[in-house]
Amino acid sequence: MPGPPVTTSTGMKVRVVTLKINEHDIGARETDSILDVAQANHIRIPSLCFLEGLSTWGACRLCVVEIEGYPRPVSACSTTVSEGMVITTHSDRLKRYRRTILELLFAERNHVCSVCVSNGHCELQDLAAECGMDHVRVPYRNQPYAVDSTHEMYRVDHNRCVLCTRCVRVCDEIEGAHTWDVMGRGIECQVITDMNQPWGDSSSCTSCGKCVQVCPTGALVKKGTAAGEMEKHDEFLPYLAQMRGNR
Amino acid sequence: MNLEDLAEIAEQSVEAEKSQRHCVRVCMAASCQSSGAGAVLEGLRQHAKQDADGGVHVKPVGCMGLCSAGPLVSVDATESKTEVMYKDVKPDDTEELYAGLDGAPLERLRCPTDIPFFACQQRIVLKNSGIIDPENLDDYIAAGGYSSLVRAVTEMTPADVLREVKQSGLRGRGGGGYPAGLKWSTVAMAPEPHKFVICNADEGDPGAFMDRAVLESDPHRVLEGMALAGYAIGAEHAYVYIRAEYPLAVERLKKAIKQATKKGLLGRRISDTTFNFEIEIRLGAGAFVCGEETALMASIQGLRGQPRPRPPYPAEEGLWECPTLINNVETLANIPSILARGGDWFKGIGTETSTGTKVFALAGRIAHSGLIEVPMGIRLREIVEQIGGGIPDGRRFKAVQTGGPSGGCLPEEHLDMSVEYDTLRSAGSIMGSGGMIVMDETSSMVDVARYFMEFCMTESCGKCVPCRAGTVQMHELLDKIAEGRATQADLDLLEELCDVVQATSLCGLGQTAPNPVLSTLRYFRHEYDEKLRPESERLPPLPVVTGDH
Repeated sequence: MPGPPVTTSTGMKVRVVTLKINEHDIGARETDSILDVAQANHIRIPSLCFLEGLSTWGACRLCVVEIEGYPRPVSACSTTVSEGMVITTHSDRLKRYRRTILELLFAERNHVCSVCVSNGHCELQDLAAECGMDHVRVPYRNQPYAVDSTHEMYRVDHNRCVLCTRCVRVCDEIEGAHTWDVMGRGIECQVITDMNQPWGDSSSCTSCGKCVQVCPTGALVKKGTAAGEMEKHDEFLPYLAQMRGNR
Repeated sequence: MNLEDLAEIAEQSVEAEKSQRHCVRVCMAASCQSSGAGAVLEGLRQHAKQDADGGVHVKPVGCMGLCSAGPLVSVDATESKTEVMYKDVKPDDTEELYAGLDGAPLERLRCPTDIPFFACQQRIVLKNSGIIDPENLDDYIAAGGYSSLVRAVTEMTPADVLREVKQSGLRGRGGGGYPAGLKWSTVAMAPEPHKFVICNADEGDPGAFMDRAVLESDPHRVLEGMALAGYAIGAEHAYVYIRAEYPLAVERLKKAIKQATKKGLLGRRISDTTFNFEIEIRLGAGAFVCGEETALMASIQGLRGQPRPRPPYPAEEGLWECPTLINNVETLANIPSILARGGDWFKGIGTETSTGTKVFALAGRIAHSGLIEVPMGIRLREIVEQIGGGIPDGRRFKAVQTGGPSGGCLPEEHLDMSVEYDTLRSAGSIMGSGGMIVMDETSSMVDVARYFMEFCMTESCGKCVPCRAGTVQMHELLDKIAEGRATQADLDLLEELCDVVQATSLCGLGQTAPNPVLSTLRYFRHEYDEKLRPESERLPPLPVVTGDH
């Protein structure tokens, strides 16, 4: 049974619904995404492009979950809950999908962990461990990518980029500079600064470093860090997002 | 413009036609134009001008269908006279052809009109195609055009229009087959004051040219359909999203919008009612993915053309977050006829679950390639063997590919299947937008799958991982198989990737990208097996820089 409407901080009335995640009965606001609800109830769903405080992107497809009666898995970050939903987050099929998606990511660019400044502090690496991706069955593409060190403080290494667009979103939505964007299509996609100019020449970049802190891998890093030294801190984001008007 | 005005224009046209001795129609659609129809038209016009007796009207028209035999010229396609059609007309032939108008027809170039290619068709969307001058609004009005719109806005409520469309059972012709009436009523129910209609003319399937032909041959029909949709759902603004690779269609659409607006059939206060409807054109910049509705809307808004997760569906939150109705060209082109003759009439054509007709672009290893419109429920065999005239050069039929890169290949044992949304789907293909490519015994199905995978790979927007990185790997594996370098393990991996990409991709492009592989594996697995090496002969992997994770 749907619960009574509750009033949120913005004064909007929202209904409360009940649903099942992995056999657990859970109550949630109907405006929340499956990923929000799972997190609030300590159910971990792997995700990569999602970051609290930024708009939902729905592109990494690691947070796919099964909902009873749905023809195909859906991404938990972009699907809102509804009354009576029955959700499975870790079926064998889903685990296999997540592993394969991670394999595809590892084979796409050159994620050589041992020499990466983010080794040990990398979300991609952690996800591989979490999802049990112990080897890559698809051939590595071994495509060399450029490294741009023109910025005085930061560096972008496209070999490590997973195109999650967190940098693009944080720069646009939180910093308001929109220095980053994506160019090209398909496998040719690449994040760029301004109109594909060297980062150091960017006239819009404020050097705030938010992009570096939200980047899940060693693609955006502080200069002067050696292998394994780059730790990131994105805790500031939910607070900033709240202050910028609940994005 | 009211109904009387329309009737008067129609009457004048009929009178004018009666006073003509002959009406010579020259196909000026893109394919005939590219084989020299422009010079043929000019030549015939010169002869008509120099003719002392006069009375010969030479008219540029839209697609006549039999594109493989173009340029096509049709003489006196009227009710009272027997039509004579000529094929492969060269500019040098015009003198002889003109001389034959009053005497014996020129047998050398004659194209019989009683062959199954013409006789087995049933034309609704293409009713005026090849008959009227697409650049002449009066010609469209004379053929009954805009009467549905004018009658709807002056005599019917939006709910009445909706009821007819629902009653017709029309399903979306863009590929998915979603019931048009249901989509319309969802948008109509939305309470927001601003709504949009979008005509999706970003036709991109390899080998498909239905929408181009409709827009080049009868642009006003699509505009009328859009205006009717706008009236039914309560929208005053509309966009035609058309690919820039169709310059002739764009030019004719522009002209048509201008003509209709001038006559008060589009724009403000249509037929002196309070209904306003403005149509703008937006050009696609060559990305296949922009045919996906959410990517298309992003592109119209000036954003990067890439899809977003649905829901929310466009009917709820579309263009600039307003409720938006997106229909394909052919879907909208059916609307004026449905309104003119009623939903029940339309429902009577085709089958119970797939009503009406479908336009197909017939191409590949087939005697007559071109544009056809057939009732739903027709057997595939009829299309291939009768309308298409079978496989040339005495070769054997192997497969027919429907639905483009999202579809599949159907083998000979499915030729007796009736063409419907659900039967095609259950056979592992889809109706798609209407591309139909026929293949003979010389075509390799692995190559076909590889071709379509390459297409999906290069057209992937790059947003979601399975489509961006998965299609690349699948293409690589297909390459390996086609070149005889692969083993069973590669084929197994390919099948697994198909499953992952199909199940987890963000939008329809990725979700359906594995279909050509899956359907060829289902019906032609032996062709894959023949190319595999035994596991014992597995080639050492290419030297790679090993990664340590």
